Amino acid sequence: MSPDQLNAVFGALADPTRRAILARLTDGDRTVAELSAPFAVSQPAISRHLKVLERAGLVSRSRRATARLSHLEAEPLREATTWLATYQEYWDESYERLDALLAALQASRTDRPSAGGE
Amino acid sequence: MAKTQITAEPGVPFIDITREFDAPRDLILRAHTDPDLIVQWMGPSRFAMTVERWEARDGGGWRYVQRDADGNEWGFHGVFHGPASLDGLTQTFEFEGAPGHISLGTLTFEERNGRTVTHVHSVYQSVEDRDATLASGMADGMNAGYDRLDDLVARLTPVG
Repeated sequence: MSPDQLNAVFGALADPTRRAILARLTDGDRTVAELSAPFAVSQPAISRHLKVLERAGLVSRSRRATARLSHLEAEPLREATTWLATYQEYWDESYERLDALLAALQASRTDRPSAGGE
Repeated sequence: MAKTQITAEPGVPFIDITREFDAPRDLILRAHTDPDLIVQWMGPSRFAMTVERWEARDGGGWRYVQRDADGNEWGFHGVFHGPASLDGLTQTFEFEGAPGHISLGTLTFEERNGRTVTHVHSVYQSVEDRDATLASGMADGMNAGYDRLDDLVARLTPVG
């Protein structure tokens, strides 16, 4: 995923209404009217949010008769969270090694009580 | 122990990394400034780490190389600015695979009741550089193998 695409995905996710829209779409495709119903937000506002999600590749649109449906595209979301997770893993693993090192250093200290504190 | 907290907001060239440790600041400082200790924790254990120099003082240089099981090597180097102290330290960071893209890292140590919270604030030259760091070689399928961690703990035998 390119830096621009990642920026678009994280920018899209940085809004609670858009996150809620994505959560609703996990249950299946929905029209704009169906998506607006739970929110105190107008249909044009929901449409604007859907455009942002579509530009980020998180939602695709299709037609069923006269209805325009939004569909959750999970792959960009999965890629973005995988990408974040591996950087997270780098730091988690380094700091877990540091935890062990610090524990060993403290166990070997003879110049202060073992129960921490000043 | 709480997981490392990483914040990388879209559209800004920063990464913030926060972590709490069950240790006082003086040991945290030692772990970040003593090259013999750096080599024991920095980076995943699947990399062999060689610290060429780690001069944690104003104007001091640092360089380390990480190598994987296939013999691929990644070099990193930079300079320390200002003193390294119980309050923290500041260093520049350059990945030799992408020369000219330099970041500035400010590390602070905050101690409370014998525990220390470390906070790294990294500033990149652009959002693109920041994003490239997040998507870098750190992203090629790491397994958190703890076999070597057990070895390390076993080797650091407590005294007395």
